[in-house]
Amino acid sequence: MKALRGLLAKEFRHILRDRRTLAVVVLMPVVQVILFGFAIRTDVKDIRLAIVDPSPDHVTLEIRHRLEASEAFTTVAVLRTTDPLDGLFQRGAAQEAIVFEPEFATRLDRGMPARVQIIADATEPNTGSTRQNYALSVIRTYERGLGAGAPGVHIVPALRLRFDPTAESSHLFVPGLMAFVLTIISALMTAISLTREKETGTMEALLVSPLRPAQIIVGKVLPYLAIGFVSVLLVIVEARVVFDVPLRGSLTLLLFEGTLFILVSLSLGMLISSRTSSQRVAMMGAMLGTMLPTMLLSGFIFPIESMPEILRWVSNIIPARWFVTIARSIMLKGVGLDYLWPQTLVLCGMAVVLLGLSTRSFRIRLE
Amino acid sequence: MSEGIAIEARELTRVFGKFTAVDHISLDIRAGEIFGFLGANGAGKTTAMRMFIGLLAPSSGTARVAGYDVYTESEKIKRSIGYMSQRFSLYEDLTIRENIRLYGGIYGLAKRDIQARSEQMLARLGMEQSADLQVRSIPLGWRQKLSFSVALLHRPRIIFLDEPTGGVDPITRRQFWELIYQAAAAGTTVLVTTHYMDEAEYCDRISIMVAGKIGAMGTPAELKRRFDAGTMDEVFVRLARPATGAGAGTA
Repeated sequence: MKALRGLLAKEFRHILRDRRTLAVVVLMPVVQVILFGFAIRTDVKDIRLAIVDPSPDHVTLEIRHRLEASEAFTTVAVLRTTDPLDGLFQRGAAQEAIVFEPEFATRLDRGMPARVQIIADATEPNTGSTRQNYALSVIRTYERGLGAGAPGVHIVPALRLRFDPTAESSHLFVPGLMAFVLTIISALMTAISLTREKETGTMEALLVSPLRPAQIIVGKVLPYLAIGFVSVLLVIVEARVVFDVPLRGSLTLLLFEGTLFILVSLSLGMLISSRTSSQRVAMMGAMLGTMLPTMLLSGFIFPIESMPEILRWVSNIIPARWFVTIARSIMLKGVGLDYLWPQTLVLCGMAVVLLGLSTRSFRIRLE
Repeated sequence: MSEGIAIEARELTRVFGKFTAVDHISLDIRAGEIFGFLGANGAGKTTAMRMFIGLLAPSSGTARVAGYDVYTESEKIKRSIGYMSQRFSLYEDLTIRENIRLYGGIYGLAKRDIQARSEQMLARLGMEQSADLQVRSIPLGWRQKLSFSVALLHRPRIIFLDEPTGGVDPITRRQFWELIYQAAAAGTTVLVTTHYMDEAEYCDRISIMVAGKIGAMGTPAELKRRFDAGTMDEVFVRLARPATGAGAGTA
């Protein structure tokens, strides 16, 4: 125990004395929020659409038909009332909903405004309003097709975004950013600090000592787990204070999921370091193996729905993809484990497998 | 455990794929001896040492270090030995004192002992004034002496030195060997690998490894007599030449 305490103290000294790296780690979230705060627009397709049509008639059926014919939409539910919508959105089963007013055709015939609501889930970056515009243009086209009939406003669409009525892009980026920063701290820094010990020969000295492999691993990994944890708190507070990003769900759950994700990333870092012998290579490995996928394939910047099928499939093995979904759902939708257990389970599985693999590769080096 | 034997190897072998790095070596190193492991680069001396200190599992053969079996009692071996590699094994961004404290803690020494021993050590090395300097800022020769002393901090029965004098000047090397003699005089067994032939003369006994085998073993004087050579350099060249030439035919 005393030996372990010594190891931990030493690791913290390494971190605190390497001022430049420490500054990068601390300042990164701040800078990243600003960088990624700028919107990145992307195309969307296969939008999961729910339709609420209290009294189907020839007009609503025609609009529904046109929506379904468009490649952009897949109808997942046709409902009579708006009550089930909440559940659909929270589970992520629906990303957009179109709600027709009752007696839609009758009101149109009588020259009264027929109201239709277009609701989009805005928890994914920049795609919420794009999705609304798709639906809107379908309705407008239909309206123009009525053409020469009675003048004046016929269909009155009302746009609404769910979960995030203000649609600040920072709200959407912060959860993704958490994944990104955690990846850097856990995977990159662990990989580098482990390879540094190999490079300088100190790892050998530790392996020759009576320390058990498990102690060495804990001694190397725990400090970064702690820093990662602090960094999650920092991002949450920053998001709250500077960008007014809400935290609608449980902080405890978010921190738990964060810790789980850190464990997964740490193991990846250890795996990378066990395959490399120089810090430079470890850095490249960590960038290619963890940072880039986290940035590009996790849904952090580009929505997974609009990726080609192969990439969508690949994204499933990226730990950050699951954590980003979890973090967004907790922060912006306020849902709990009852909805997030599948994603949590995936992360748990990844943690077990990767920790096992990396511990094993560590042992192999001893023999 | 055999009386007075610090390291005992019988037919010890290590194979990497098709390459036999250490080929059935047998030796006995007496307690308190300074034993030199000589050989060209790649002759297998570091591989042999790594098997003794538990960094590498042997492919076959047996070995006992400090009386413990290398296969089954590596934990006990680790407590009884000290190790210093050619890369010194010190943390450059920690101070001298912090390095001493860290290794003291790793070897489970009590705080009081660490305190007392580090003051003694610093006084002996003449580094009291520099104890709070980071290791990166002290000269190579100092690092080397410090690294050696740190490896002795827990008072191991055997110390393994893997090319400890690489890259330092002859005077510093001389001073370093003074430290080795002091340790041996205090009863520590020393196993040292080197490819400086003048250092071979400082050892009680040496073994010269050629292509994974022990080409010759004995005191420096014996070896010079046997090979009819004036210096260890000549002994080494005579031994190593047949191996690099036709292959077979070593003594």
